[in-house]
Amino acid sequence: MSEQAPFVRIVDVVKRFGDAPPALDHVAGEILGGRITGLVGPDGAGKTTLIRLMTGLMAPEEGKVEVLGFDTVTNAADIQASIGYMPQRFGLYEDLSVQENLNLYADLRGLPLSERAATFNELLEFTDLKRFTERLAGKLSGGMKQKLGLACALLRKPRLLLLDEPGVGVDPISRRDLWKMVENLTAEGIGVVWSTAYLDEAEACDSVLLLNEGKLLFTGSPAELTSRVAGRVFKVSGISQGRRQALARYLEDENVVDGVIQGEAIRLVMKPDTVPPVLDEGSPAPSAAEATPRFEDAFIDMLGGGPGGRSKLAETQTAFSTESAKPVIEAHGLTKRFGDFTAADAITFDIPRGQIFGLLGPNGAGKSTTFKMLCGLLKPTAGEGRVAGFDLRRDAAEARNRLGYMAQKFSLYGDLSVAQNLSFFAGVYGLSGARKRERTQLMIEIFGFGRLLDMSAKDLPLGLKQRLALACAVLHEPEALFLDEPTSGVDPITRREFWTHINGLVEKGVTVLVTTHFMDEAEYCDRISLIYRGRSIALGSPDELKAQVASAALPDPTMEDAFIALVQGSEEKEAA
Amino acid sequence: MTAHSPMTEGRAARIRRFAALVRKESYQIVRDPSSILIAFVLPLILLFLFGYGVSLDTTQTRIGLVIEEEAPLTRDLAAGFQASRYFTVTVGRDRREFEEDLVLGRVRGIVVIPKTFMADYAAGRHPALQVLVDGSDPNTANFVQNYAQATVANWERQRLSDGSGRPPAIAAEQRFWFNPELTSRNFLVPGSIAIVMTLVGTLLTSLVVAREWERGTMEAMMATPVSAAELLAGKLLPYFLLGLTSMTLCVLLAVFLFGVPFRGSVAALYALSATFLMPALGQGLLISAATKNQFLASQLALISAFLPAFLLSGFLFEINSMPTVIQWITLIVPARYLIPSLQTVFLAGDIWPMFTQAIAVMFLIGCVFFALAARSTRKRIA
Repeated sequence: MSEQAPFVRIVDVVKRFGDAPPALDHVAGEILGGRITGLVGPDGAGKTTLIRLMTGLMAPEEGKVEVLGFDTVTNAADIQASIGYMPQRFGLYEDLSVQENLNLYADLRGLPLSERAATFNELLEFTDLKRFTERLAGKLSGGMKQKLGLACALLRKPRLLLLDEPGVGVDPISRRDLWKMVENLTAEGIGVVWSTAYLDEAEACDSVLLLNEGKLLFTGSPAELTSRVAGRVFKVSGISQGRRQALARYLEDENVVDGVIQGEAIRLVMKPDTVPPVLDEGSPAPSAAEATPRFEDAFIDMLGGGPGGRSKLAETQTAFSTESAKPVIEAHGLTKRFGDFTAADAITFDIPRGQIFGLLGPNGAGKSTTFKMLCGLLKPTAGEGRVAGFDLRRDAAEARNRLGYMAQKFSLYGDLSVAQNLSFFAGVYGLSGARKRERTQLMIEIFGFGRLLDMSAKDLPLGLKQRLALACAVLHEPEALFLDEPTSGVDPITRREFWTHINGLVEKGVTVLVTTHFMDEAEYCDRISLIYRGRSIALGSPDELKAQVASAALPDPTMEDAFIALVQGSEEKEAA
Repeated sequence: MTAHSPMTEGRAARIRRFAALVRKESYQIVRDPSSILIAFVLPLILLFLFGYGVSLDTTQTRIGLVIEEEAPLTRDLAAGFQASRYFTVTVGRDRREFEEDLVLGRVRGIVVIPKTFMADYAAGRHPALQVLVDGSDPNTANFVQNYAQATVANWERQRLSDGSGRPPAIAAEQRFWFNPELTSRNFLVPGSIAIVMTLVGTLLTSLVVAREWERGTMEAMMATPVSAAELLAGKLLPYFLLGLTSMTLCVLLAVFLFGVPFRGSVAALYALSATFLMPALGQGLLISAATKNQFLASQLALISAFLPAFLLSGFLFEINSMPTVIQWITLIVPARYLIPSLQTVFLAGDIWPMFTQAIAVMFLIGCVFFALAARSTRKRIA
C-alpha cells in the first residue's frame, strides 16, 4: 500500500473567511486509497472546509490540494467525475422517492443505462433499502437517509468517497452498519474520507488527520496517537465516597492530565512516569488499574490537559439542603402524541435532589419531547410532570422559575452582546438591583467574559457560546438544571470544563436532567433512561445497564455496546 | 472543463443530465405544496381579489342625505340620490345627525340639500348643494363629490325631458372606447396576470434555488459532473413552463369567469408572456445566487420584483402622474411594458408595433439579468 501514489495531497493549505482566524491554517497531509482516513476535530475545526476543498467547490488562498492527480482549482470537473461526496445533510431531495433520488444521481454521474439495473440492485441490497424504493426520502429515518446518501455517492463507483460527518444524528446501530459498509468499500481499493467529531469513530479509522481550530495537530494512525499515552491511563475503582468529589480532587493534582467519570469508576490520564495519587480515604482504598488508552485521552493530552477540578461556579452556589427525600423532578406516564404519531409513550422516572439523570437515545427517539414536557414548553397529551413539587400543568410559571434551561443548539440572542444577553436573562428570571449586578458580575468572572462583553453572541467561538448559554441558565441559581445536548460538537477541553461545573453544582444539591447522544457522557449520570422510538426501554445506573448486557464474549461492554444490545433486545421482544 | 480532459463527454450524457434535472424539478413542483400555493392558489386569490374585491369604480358608497326643507322638489331630488346605484342613502333632517357617522367612517359623505335650494331653483339660479366629505380618504371623497354632482345633473336633465324643468347650460357627453362600461375589472384582471407571472418567475424561482442551498442539495449537485449552466437551465425550463401554465389558468378565468373580453390573438398573448418570463426568471436566479437563503430571497423578491410590478408598472397608478425621477425608475420595471400590452391584447386586439417594442425591451432587460446571474453563479461555494 505504501508504494501507491496518495489519492489526495494537501500541500500547505490556508483558507480564510473574512477577517476571522483562518479556517485552515497551513494544513498538509495525504490520503491513501484502500483505507478509511478520519478527518477528526470538534465543530469549527475546519473539517467541512477541507472536504469542500477536496471536491473543488472551494479554492484555497494558499497552498494547493491535488485529488487523484488533478489540481482542485484548475481541474475541478475531472475530480468531480471520479469522486463520491456526501455532504452533511446527505444531499438528498426529500420530495423525491428513494428510487427517484437514485435515478437523478445516476443521470448526473452519467451511469450508463446498461449498468443501471445491476448497480441499483447491488446498492439497494448493500444498504438494505430495497423495501423502501417508493418511499419519499423525507419520510426515511436518519439512518436510512444516510444510507441512501451513501448509495447516491457510490453510483458509478467512485475512486474517492468523501463523507462529511456521516455519523451525526444517527442511532448507534445504523452507525455501526454504515461503518461496516464503508469498510467493505476500502477492500475494493476505494479511498474513504470520514469526517467526525466523535472520537470513538476516529479511533476506528486506519489513519487520521486531527484538526483543532484550523490547525493540524496530528496525522498518522490512531494507534500511533494513543500509544503516546500508553501506560499513563488508569481506571480507579472502589471509590467509597462520592465519585464526583473524588474526581474534583484528582483533577487538582498536578500530575493528573485528564479525568472523567466512568460509571462508578474514574478514568485518569497521568503525566509520564507518575501514578494516580492516593486520596486519604476510608477503607477499602480505591485501586488503580492500567486501562487501554483511547483516542480522546491522547487528544486531551495533546491539547495540554483538561482544566482543573475546581468549579468557581459551584463554589459560589448556595447549597440546597439534601435532607428532604422528595424528588425534585418527577415524570409520571408522560405521553405526547402528534396526530397518530406517539413521540413519547408513558415515560416515568423521578430524580432525587443532587443527582444527574440522563436521557439517552438517537435523534428522533423522543428525548427532546420528554425534555420539553418537563420544562413546561410542551403540553403532555397524558401523564404529569413536576419540578420542585410544582405541577407543570397548573403551576408552570412557578416550576419554570426554579429551573434553568440550556437548549440544544445555541439559543441565545445572536445579535445581542454578551453583556446584553446576561442582563436580559437576569431580567427574565426576575433578578434585579444588587443581586442582578452581583450574579452577572460573578458569571463574567467565572467564565472569563471580561474582554468579550461587547461582542455579539453570534460571533463567539462555539466553546464560548456554550459557556455563555450555561451562564445564562444558572444566573438565578436554579434548583433544577435542564441541559439538552449541552456539549454537542464542542471540543473536549470545553466539555471537561463543562462537566466540572455540572459535577460541582450537583454536589451543592442542584438536580440535573441531561439529554445526550454521546455514549461516554452518559457515564457521568447517576441514572439513565434509554429512550428508543418514544419509549423508555431501560432505566438504571450506567454500570447496571452495562452489567445487563455483559456476556462471556463481551465481559466489559461499553455504554454503546449496552445501548445496541438493549435496543436489539427490545426489538426482539416487540417482534415476538 | 478543459479541452484535453479525459472526460470529454458526449452530447448524450449532457442531454441526459439536463433531462434528469428537469424531471427532478417537475416532481418537486408537483409534490411541494408551496409551489402549488404560489403558482396556482395565490394567483387565484389575486385574481378573485381584483375580479371581485378591488374595484376602482365606486358603487354603493354610503352617504347621509340631509333634506333641510321638505318639498316636492327636494323629495324628488332625494329620490334621485336614492335611486342612484352609486349610493346607499340614509335620509335625515339635520347634518349634525351624520357628523359622528362621517367621523367614524360609517358614511363616506354628507350631501345637504339646503333651505336655499328651493328659492335658488325657483329664481332660475344654479341651485347649490353642500357636500361634506372625509378628506383623509381623498379617493372616496372625490368620488362622492363627483357622483353627487352627476346625480344632480342627471336629475335636472330628467326634469327637462319631463318638460318640468329648464335646459341646462352645456352638457358634455363622454364616450369611452374599448371599455365602454368603464369596468375597472376589465383592465385590472389583465394587469394582475403580470403580477402572477412575477410571483412565479421571480419569487418562486428564487425560493427554490435558495432552498437547495439551505438543504445542502446544491452542494451535492455541484460535486457531480453537472455544469453550472446545466444547473441553471434545469431550473429555468420547469419554472418557465409553470409560469406559462399559471398565466393560462388566469386568462381562462378572466375570460370565462369574469367575462373580460379577449380581442387579440393567443399568439400575441404567449409571445408577450414568454418574453416577460425572461427578466422575471433572470431576476429570480440573480436574487437566489446572491442570497442563498429563503427568507432573504423572499424579501428581496417581494421588494425588488413584486412591489414594483404592482406600483411602478401603471397597473394601479398612472405612470404619467408620477414624479419624473420615479418615472425614470419605471423604465427598468419589466411589468411596465407587459401590462399595457396585455391590456391591449384583452381589450383592443393585436397592435403589433406596440407589442414588438415591448418584447424587445423586456428581452433586453432579461439578457442583463441573465448575464448578472450567470456571473454570480459559479460552481463554487465560497
